[in-house]
Amino acid sequence: MIRIEGLSKSYGDLPVLRNCSLEVGRGEVVVICGPSGSGKSTFVKCMNGIEPVQAGRITIDGEVLPSKPAAAARIRSRVGMVFQHFELYPHLTVMENICLAQIHVLKRGRGEAEAKARALLRRVGLADKESAYPTQLSGGQQQRIAIVRALAMDPIAMLFDEPTSALDPEMIGEVLAVMLELAREGMTMIVVTHEMGFAKAAAGRIVFMDHGEIVEVAETQHFFAQPSSERARLFLSRILAH
Amino acid sequence: MNYAWNWSVLFQAPYLGWLGQGIAMTMMVSIAAWIIALTLGTLIGILHSGASGALRLVTGCYINVFRNVPLLLQMFLWFFVVPELLPKAAGTWLKRDLPHPEVVTAIVALGLFTASRVAVQVAAGIAAVPRGQSMAAYASGLSTLQRYKLVLLPQAFRIVVPPMTSEFLTIFKNSSIALSIGVYELTAQTQQIQSFTYQGFEAFTAATVTYMTIALIVTALMTVIERRIAIAGPLARG
Ligand SMILES: Nc1ncnc2c1ncn2[C@@H]1O[C@H](COP(=O)(O)OP(=O)(O)OP(=O)(O)O)[C@@H](O)[C@H]1O
Ligand SMILES: [Mg+2]
Repeated sequence: MIRIEGLSKSYGDLPVLRNCSLEVGRGEVVVICGPSGSGKSTFVKCMNGIEPVQAGRITIDGEVLPSKPAAAARIRSRVGMVFQHFELYPHLTVMENICLAQIHVLKRGRGEAEAKARALLRRVGLADKESAYPTQLSGGQQQRIAIVRALAMDPIAMLFDEPTSALDPEMIGEVLAVMLELAREGMTMIVVTHEMGFAKAAAGRIVFMDHGEIVEVAETQHFFAQPSSERARLFLSRILAH
Repeated sequence: MNYAWNWSVLFQAPYLGWLGQGIAMTMMVSIAAWIIALTLGTLIGILHSGASGALRLVTGCYINVFRNVPLLLQMFLWFFVVPELLPKAAGTWLKRDLPHPEVVTAIVALGLFTASRVAVQVAAGIAAVPRGQSMAAYASGLSTLQRYKLVLLPQAFRIVVPPMTSEFLTIFKNSSIALSIGVYELTAQTQQIQSFTYQGFEAFTAATVTYMTIALIVTALMTVIERRIAIAGPLARG
């Protein structure tokens, strides 16, 4: 489904990703973890071509992602993305947020787009919020709307970049529940998160990154029971300590 | 001070008419220049905010040149120098056949000058929209044009309304500089009334009150607009 081969990227002189390769199959859930600054966000941004890369090849559903970001728009629209800070459009209502790309990228009619939005909103329990503005909602609600906005595009895969780390603790659960349900339904998901509970419950494999490198890729059970790299062991002991 | 006040001159013919014509000319020059400034300035501001190297350089040059050369000098340049630099036929047309060359020149000069200031505000407004917004738009497959039109500009617009109000007020005040190339706007008319009647204090007071009234009306109007767009989509986030 998503194949990344030999991906390298630097910001100016600063190398951020070094020769990263990863293959994610259809319906698979992969969690990416690692210390702050290890390049996790950059890695997922490169996966749908929001960030240009210096070297490497990304194949999505059999199509090679063009290296020029502008040319990748069509492929990009097929991969949903959820951000740490939600990034709902503050000048639009919830309904308009969910319909914007459906109408302007997929060229759906307004009626069809709104019907799609309503069905998804009902699924995440926010059917009554369609005419609210994002700033009138809690963080957890905003993030669920952001997930709905991505799902409305009928994505073939979903990328999450720390979707719960900007949330108050009592709201993390409601977002994770939506993500778990998605995983159970067979959505292909790549999730950057420090929520190890979610990783254990939903992920098939764990990718551990450090200093721009993929240090370890392991089955979830394996990773938690017996990480093969020293760095992953250190990271786990620190993160599970609290 | 020994000054014989005589407010009634302001209401006598032809002076009342001169005042009225002055106000009309000031409004006309300001609004026409504002249309140029807003259109061109917005366009340049958008282009300048884009990442592309060459365009950024060109728009940056425009902004720096027009913003940093004094407006009075720009008026003189457009009126006296530019017609001489053009091909002979075009120059002659500007000086002889163009109706009201001084008015047209004043509008163009004021418009181009203010456009550079508008461009700065627009570019700053776009830059003030959080980077994540652009990324979200991008990630959903919107094209660059759609990203600007649907996501960045509507948000930048809300940020830019207050500074635009002050630019709009400034254009009214700056329009008085048009008198230097012979446009009979409000300030020039009051000066003329002063030299005909020697009642300068009354004439200049009238002009002052007029400029202030216009400013107050514009400010009140913009406050209403600001409140409207704030309700239509609150921007609580920094
Ligand atoms: N736009 C940018 N310009 C320059 N450097 C950047 C940029 N974005 C990220 N970096 C740098 O790239 C490195 C990797 O950043 P990235 O955000 O991918 O890390 P991360 O693993 O997601 O970290 P975190 O857990 O803190 O989110 C960091 O050193 C960061 O400072
Ligand atoms: Mg990150």
